[in-house]
Amino acid sequence: MTGHDHDHHDHHHHHDHDHSELSETELRVRALESILTEKGYVDPASLDLLIDLYEKKIGPRNGIRVVAKAWSDPAYHARLMKDATAAIAELDYSGRQGEHMVVVENTPEQHNMVVCTLCSCYPHPVLGLPPVWYKSAPYRSRAVSDPRGVLQDFGVALPETTKIRVWDSTAEIRYLVLPMRPKGTEGWSAEQLAELVTRDSMIGTGLPKQPGETA
Amino acid sequence: MDGAHDMGGAKGFGPVVPEPNEPVFHGEWERRAFALTVAMSRPGGWNIDMSRFARENRPPEDYLSKSYFQIWLAGLETLMIERGLVTSEEIEAGKVLSPPKPDVKTLPPQDVVPTIRRGASTERPATSPALFAVGETVRMKEIHPQTHTRLPQYVRGHLGTIELNHGCHVFADLNSLGVGENPQWLYTVRFDGPELWGKDTDPTLSISVDAWESYLERA
Repeated sequence: MTGHDHDHHDHHHHHDHDHSELSETELRVRALESILTEKGYVDPASLDLLIDLYEKKIGPRNGIRVVAKAWSDPAYHARLMKDATAAIAELDYSGRQGEHMVVVENTPEQHNMVVCTLCSCYPHPVLGLPPVWYKSAPYRSRAVSDPRGVLQDFGVALPETTKIRVWDSTAEIRYLVLPMRPKGTEGWSAEQLAELVTRDSMIGTGLPKQPGETA
Repeated sequence: MDGAHDMGGAKGFGPVVPEPNEPVFHGEWERRAFALTVAMSRPGGWNIDMSRFARENRPPEDYLSKSYFQIWLAGLETLMIERGLVTSEEIEAGKVLSPPKPDVKTLPPQDVVPTIRRGASTERPATSPALFAVGETVRMKEIHPQTHTRLPQYVRGHLGTIELNHGCHVFADLNSLGVGENPQWLYTVRFDGPELWGKDTDPTLSISVDAWESYLERA
């Protein structure tokens, strides 16, 4: 483990990557899969299905539907704020790492941001698997002590008077940020509004797109 | 365990670097390591708290030099070796050297989607009334468990306010030891930024953690 490329915020495709070490990991995983298959512990078809599920079915588009519906349907918004797990299940999203959901709503007075300082807890049914930066040491260390600095890393500047509220997911409660509906979207359908919702706006490290920003 | 995984407030890790158009997995080995970890929890029989401890229970230099899925891989190997599912010799040799452990359950393809969709609720019926009320001021205990805990170091000893009561949930610290679920009341406890980081801290900042009742004491 030479480790010069293993800062959590670094990525595997960077130029300084030590290729021999990556192939060591690749070989180790390949060998492990064949051992576990040969011993009858895993079915490779189940592995393929799991990968397909997390690459194609479980992702931020689910959360985007939740947010767009909350923006366009006041009764749904009320249900979502009262019992997020049940309201999210209405759209058929449920399960692993989303068993106990809480939605936190951004307002002009307060901006919410979600982190897991201890590992990588993240609401999978609505956002999918977390991005590398969410699991990285820079985010996990600074989100709770310098959230405005973190927002700056994302190019987001909030008014100095806006309260910043950080939710550290240290148990099995999973948080989804409900961003503020952009101005100038009166009368838009849920489908139109969905175009404005970004993954990062549902973590609290970004803001929704503004009308006209969606090309 | 006060390990390198407990990162809240640590200094020197630099800026957050988002990756544009990031894929779900970076390469085939991450896909397989992820799927193996999820699929092996059935034959392995471990719980989520045991998995987390297997990942974080390592020397800081090891934890910090591994990528996220390399930690998952190392955690999976530890869990399997502990339970006699594979030996470290087999992992190093990359081939089967001993017979499989008998009578293990596998995750068949038809169970994949239902298992993920069902998840595993950690809420349990309450057996005693909650000790703390929403709005009450509490102090986080100054404790340093040697084993798994979900009480981060940066809030220990500090004063916070109970903001939400989530009901009774499986207690991670004990569940990780395999001694039962021992459910406890779980609360969201909110702290003012200056309480945690000093008087010069941005006064608009507040932070919360989710804390089991035994992490708290009356202020």
